[in-house]
Amino acid sequence: MTPSAHTSTGRLGWLVLPALLFFVVFAVVPLIGVFVLSFTSWDGIGAISFTGLKSWTAVLTDPGLPHALWVTFLIIVLSWIAQTPLSILLGVFISGHQKYRAVLAVLFFLPLLLSAAAVSIAYKALLDPNFGLGPGLKLGFLTQDWLGKSALAMGVVIFIIAWQWIPFHSLIYQGAIRQIPTSMYEAAQIDGAGRVRQFFSITLPQLKNTMITSSTLMIVGSLTTFDLIFVLTGGGPNDATRALALDMYLTGFRANQMGLASAIAVILVVVGLILAQVLQRLGGKERNSQLEGA
Amino acid sequence: MDHNRTSRRSFIALATATPLVATVLASCGDSGPGAASSDGATDWILTGAPKEKIRQTAVDDWNKAHSDQKITTSAFQNDAYKAKIKTAIGAGQAPTIIFGWGGGTLRNYAESKLVDDLTPWLTENPDVKSRLFDAAFAAGTVDDKVYGLPTETVQPLVFFYNKKLFKQINAEPPTTWDELMALVPKFNAANIAPISLGGQSRWTNMMWLEMLFDRIGGPELFESIYNGTPNWTDPSAIDALTKVQDLVKADGFIKGFASITADSNADQALLYTDKAAMMLHGTWTYGGMKTDGGDFVSSGNLGYVNFPAVTGGKGDPTNTFGNPAQYVSISSKATQKAKDIALAFFKSGLLQDKEAEAYITEAGEVPIVKGIDSKFSGMDDEEWLKFTYDLATNAPSFAQSWDQALSPTEAETLLDNIEKLFGLAITPQEFAANMNAAIGS
Repeated sequence: MTPSAHTSTGRLGWLVLPALLFFVVFAVVPLIGVFVLSFTSWDGIGAISFTGLKSWTAVLTDPGLPHALWVTFLIIVLSWIAQTPLSILLGVFISGHQKYRAVLAVLFFLPLLLSAAAVSIAYKALLDPNFGLGPGLKLGFLTQDWLGKSALAMGVVIFIIAWQWIPFHSLIYQGAIRQIPTSMYEAAQIDGAGRVRQFFSITLPQLKNTMITSSTLMIVGSLTTFDLIFVLTGGGPNDATRALALDMYLTGFRANQMGLASAIAVILVVVGLILAQVLQRLGGKERNSQLEGA
Repeated sequence: MDHNRTSRRSFIALATATPLVATVLASCGDSGPGAASSDGATDWILTGAPKEKIRQTAVDDWNKAHSDQKITTSAFQNDAYKAKIKTAIGAGQAPTIIFGWGGGTLRNYAESKLVDDLTPWLTENPDVKSRLFDAAFAAGTVDDKVYGLPTETVQPLVFFYNKKLFKQINAEPPTTWDELMALVPKFNAANIAPISLGGQSRWTNMMWLEMLFDRIGGPELFESIYNGTPNWTDPSAIDALTKVQDLVKADGFIKGFASITADSNADQALLYTDKAAMMLHGTWTYGGMKTDGGDFVSSGNLGYVNFPAVTGGKGDPTNTFGNPAQYVSISSKATQKAKDIALAFFKSGLLQDKEAEAYITEAGEVPIVKGIDSKFSGMDDEEWLKFTYDLATNAPSFAQSWDQALSPTEAETLLDNIEKLFGLAITPQEFAANMNAAIGS
């Protein structure tokens, strides 16, 4: 599937076979299945009947779709904004070799070890307006209807996503920063550049490729965020956090409309492909040359 | 980058293809339910104390007495069961005995011919039918044929209240809607939440609408909607929808109710920790409040009455809503031998005296066996059991919860709109218009 695989097909092409087999069985076949299902009407238990474009017209004319797309877009953009600057700063901080930084790095890394469902349940308990942290510690500002008001609920979702994933992205940045040749910083120091100047003139530009990688993971992750929202808010209040992936699940498995859910799934795939293409373009040619050089 | 894209795409595809994958996986089980049915019947039960033990004991006792008619059980957590049974039935891998709640889901199974018609068998075995509550059969019946045999307990909705808090503001439990509305500012002034509600679960909100629809328009109102007349714009319906929003606007429900869930029993906790004064809920919450609420129940602080009447309403104030029973059906895909075992078990193994008594003593619930009230005397919960029994058996109309009565597709639309109605995101008129478009048109 990679360019190198194509060029060396003659001798080592068979190495790709297991991966290809898995990809076909678990990705291509279900994808075709979902596409076919999107032209049917099926409640999940009875007979499947072909209804042509009925599911598609229903999904595309439903005001729920633009809303779900908007919620998904919000989650992608807001969680990127919330995570990227903090991840870079944390990455810079823990890229030093002092022992205390290594200890702190381990602590920072903890949220990533927990499952999204466990994290959601814990936060749900902490944020409970009657039995949670706020009323427990008698802190008025913490005693909000966190998950019952649209804007607050969205904020909580973004916060928890950031809380859980910043450690991971910090780790990526930490690795990238340690790869930057120290000679560049020594040269800058001789030229009289301060720490801030060094950060903006050397660290940030050198991190460009890492940022593309990290952003891709973030955006893809946000696009398919499901477990966290499902457990935390169930898409509520009043659909405020009903993102596309959740919308697909609820339509398919709770409302028993597999045809509609499949149409939404196809839309999700298309949105994902478009995003991947855009990110690919953003990377530009420079990235490729660096990859080959590495 | 290419590699990245591939893995992402396959991930999405995997996620989107869950139904297919699940179907494939469901058919690969080592001792799948379909396979086991060749030498016996299979039965899926729900986990959770105390009812899991009661269900399991009934099967164990049966197996001990009938070594040639063995039944194998598998236990599932409630929500996991609901998802799994749907997939299993769709894949033709259902257990011999299908447990459920009747109503729209059972209708789906029956119309797809996935469960057997039990009517001829009941005619041959009239004593099976005659010992159970008559009202329990309706929700297990589709087009005059019984597909689900009622079992377990009756679970009507009850208006619970905290006696201590009522004494504190010197008030009596409401007997009419106006009295209820008048209590709201009094409790709010005393810094007590008037009504506990786990609004994130949505069906909790629905219980308020069910009772109001019944009290104002009578049971005929929802029945006509259920039977295909788009009646949501009926003046009685609009009145009920408006009353609910009035209650929300008057801060009748506890602040933050939209983020409280019923699955975690947080709504019950609000009542027994003296944070809220009233709660409309099913009888199934009694056991939970008894075990988790400290001495709340045992010291007599838990009060319960039927839902208040609405002055001038058409419905009988002794009517109720809830689960008339739970149901067991026979999978049409099972082998004849497995079916015979299951039917024999239905006849002389299921909900016999020992099991029925266990529901009373261990769960504090009323089994759907006629005359069971004679067993209540001397029990800890005698008063409560008597109240539930009378409520269920004397109600001129005991309707099934809307979300169970309707098909899953319609129920989801209903719950979605109810959440918005309680969140004041839509008006009663918008609610009615949305529902008319979706249900009964």
